[in-house]
Amino acid sequence: MSNPVISVDRLGKSYRLGLRAEKHATLGEAVMDVIKAPWQRFRSLGEHGDERDTFWALRDVSFDVQCGEVVGIIGRNGAGKSTLLKCLSRITEPTEGRAVLRGRVASLLEVGTGFHPELTGRENIYLNGSILGMKKTEIARKFDEIVDFSGVEKFLDTPVKRYSSGMSVRLAFAVAAHLEPEILIVDEVLAVGDADFQRKCMGKMREVAQGEGRTILFVSHNMGALQALCSRGVLLRDGRVVFDGATIEAVEHYLGGMEGKASESLADRIDRAGTGASRLLRVEAFRDGDPKLTTLMSGRPATFRFHVSALLPNLTCKFTFYDPQGAAVASLDSSLHSRQDRSEEAVHPSVRCEMDQLLLLPGRYRVNAALHRGEECHDHVESAFMVDVEQGQINSRPIDSGSLYGRVHLPHRWVLAGRA
Amino acid sequence: MTTNLMNPISPHTPAFDSGAEFELVIQPRRGWIGLDWADLWRQRELLGFLVWRDIKVRYKQTVLGASWAVIQPLFNMVIFTLFFGNLAGFKEDLPAGLPYFIWNFAGLVPWFVISTGIGAGGLSLINQQHLLTKIYFPRLYVPSAVIGGALLDMAISSVVLAGMILAFGVDVAPTAWLVAPLLIPIVLAALGMAYLLSAMTVTYRDVRFIIPFMTQALQYLSFVMIPMVSMTKRLPERLHWIEWPLSLNPAFGLLDGCRSALFGLPWRPANLAISILSSLLLFVGGAMVFRRTERRFADIA
Repeated sequence: MSNPVISVDRLGKSYRLGLRAEKHATLGEAVMDVIKAPWQRFRSLGEHGDERDTFWALRDVSFDVQCGEVVGIIGRNGAGKSTLLKCLSRITEPTEGRAVLRGRVASLLEVGTGFHPELTGRENIYLNGSILGMKKTEIARKFDEIVDFSGVEKFLDTPVKRYSSGMSVRLAFAVAAHLEPEILIVDEVLAVGDADFQRKCMGKMREVAQGEGRTILFVSHNMGALQALCSRGVLLRDGRVVFDGATIEAVEHYLGGMEGKASESLADRIDRAGTGASRLLRVEAFRDGDPKLTTLMSGRPATFRFHVSALLPNLTCKFTFYDPQGAAVASLDSSLHSRQDRSEEAVHPSVRCEMDQLLLLPGRYRVNAALHRGEECHDHVESAFMVDVEQGQINSRPIDSGSLYGRVHLPHRWVLAGRA
Repeated sequence: MTTNLMNPISPHTPAFDSGAEFELVIQPRRGWIGLDWADLWRQRELLGFLVWRDIKVRYKQTVLGASWAVIQPLFNMVIFTLFFGNLAGFKEDLPAGLPYFIWNFAGLVPWFVISTGIGAGGLSLINQQHLLTKIYFPRLYVPSAVIGGALLDMAISSVVLAGMILAFGVDVAPTAWLVAPLLIPIVLAALGMAYLLSAMTVTYRDVRFIIPFMTQALQYLSFVMIPMVSMTKRLPERLHWIEWPLSLNPAFGLLDGCRSALFGLPWRPANLAISILSSLLLFVGGAMVFRRTERRFADIA
């Protein structure tokens, strides 16, 4: 085989964390610190930071990509995916190691980079295209196609600041979709826009991926998209490559790792997002309204109790079940009120979700949970806990685990009509 | 007469050259880094687009539009003429037939290129952080584009200057064409300032607060409003050497040079030489500091 199009060799990137808080014992020392502080800050802001404060976002990462391969980069938040893409797209320089890219590179870490709100759609197509590395003649040649794909021809001469967010995203993606690089680096861009537009983007991505000699590095949290697009998956964990192989296996490894996470004590987890104004401390899942019966069963009542650090007014709880393939099965959200919802007095602050009948089919589910207050996210934990659902009966209909099609049961009845 | 029906349609030009030509090696670099000329050349169109964007956007949603390019120096001119020309009496030192305000405006026009380099140029990188952290392109183009916009402003106010010269019947010296070559070190100085300050602002945000003072101090130190004759006349002979250290500020010698060329005032070759040299140094030094800090922009922006 010829030279790989991308070869990454022991690539590493370290960041310096913030300043350590210095403690001073006496007033004299404190005064001295105030005097010395600007100088110390000068040194630490410059290139000579404290070695102790370095954090390796990426370490010892090596892999080769052959021409035409579509490689998915998988990993949890903070695993180093974005840092890797930033190093490969020359936004930031690695601290050690080396990477060689053979071919014209275009990177798409964000949709609409360089869009200027004051400029019209037409002007932004040229500006954005040029920033993405297209030549003027190339943009002119593809202009009609880009406009066509974006579907904003009527507003071409309107400043982009008057566009709806959906329109500007469509226009931005349309420009990006018409790049013709040999190496394309894409980060999570499909996470924007409505479902319809996402489908269009996926279609375009697939088209690009199948193009002649196109090599793609693709980062996404969407396991479905990854499996649909990529032939190979590279799994990163804490800045290192922990698996490199077929996408399906990489996804399984990734989800396996997530299950491990779920067994950690929820209150101690640090890989969470949100303001922290209220936090999830513990989650209990039990059957038949009895906290001692911790095995859930299809068709039986199920209760999910979320212990929170503070039960603030208007706090809402949301949780989502994922199947072993990483696809979302169902999502429950207390901000969507029902007349059956109620509140009650209790010693410990908690939120409870009750189901008369658990309609999940037997199997293992991973659950992401979040606390919100209006638009503000207080806490969001991926893989907050795992749920095992045992075989049972739903409406006295036996659920056979041997013939599983799908993940949920739809309550139903059959009518057999005929001569009695 | 033969008509070539098969008019050769321009062959479909590939969007990029064949892969073998691009081998990009990414690895940590230490110390001083030279300019990547090939890279700058390959993306030269982007510089044009960035200049074009700055120009388009700058006067959007203003009532007076591009006339602001002229109003700013004109306003300065009015103040300087009042205080320096009339109150301080510098107008007496200029040859007859050369009004102070025209002499002053002729200095303000190139001065605004340099002051834009310090002000807008110095802030250009932090104002465009979102670009630095999301995509790669030659970062040098961000401050450079600002100077491109300043040159357009200069062209507009030059027309106004020409109009004033005609209207007041001021004699233009035959050496006036020398202004064109003098523009080169002026632009280099402006670029150098923009490179140096924008790179420093990304690392030390303090610079952002220094920039306004700096612009003001340099305006005085560049003698935009004081004719050199006035200085030599009022300063005792033994202090005349002060011209040389003052010439280390490129604007000092260059603004004087421009006005000497335009109005046939006496030249000061030593000052001019020092200023040209220092503008070259500022440009090279600014670019070096910029390149050295560049690789950390995305991490600290």
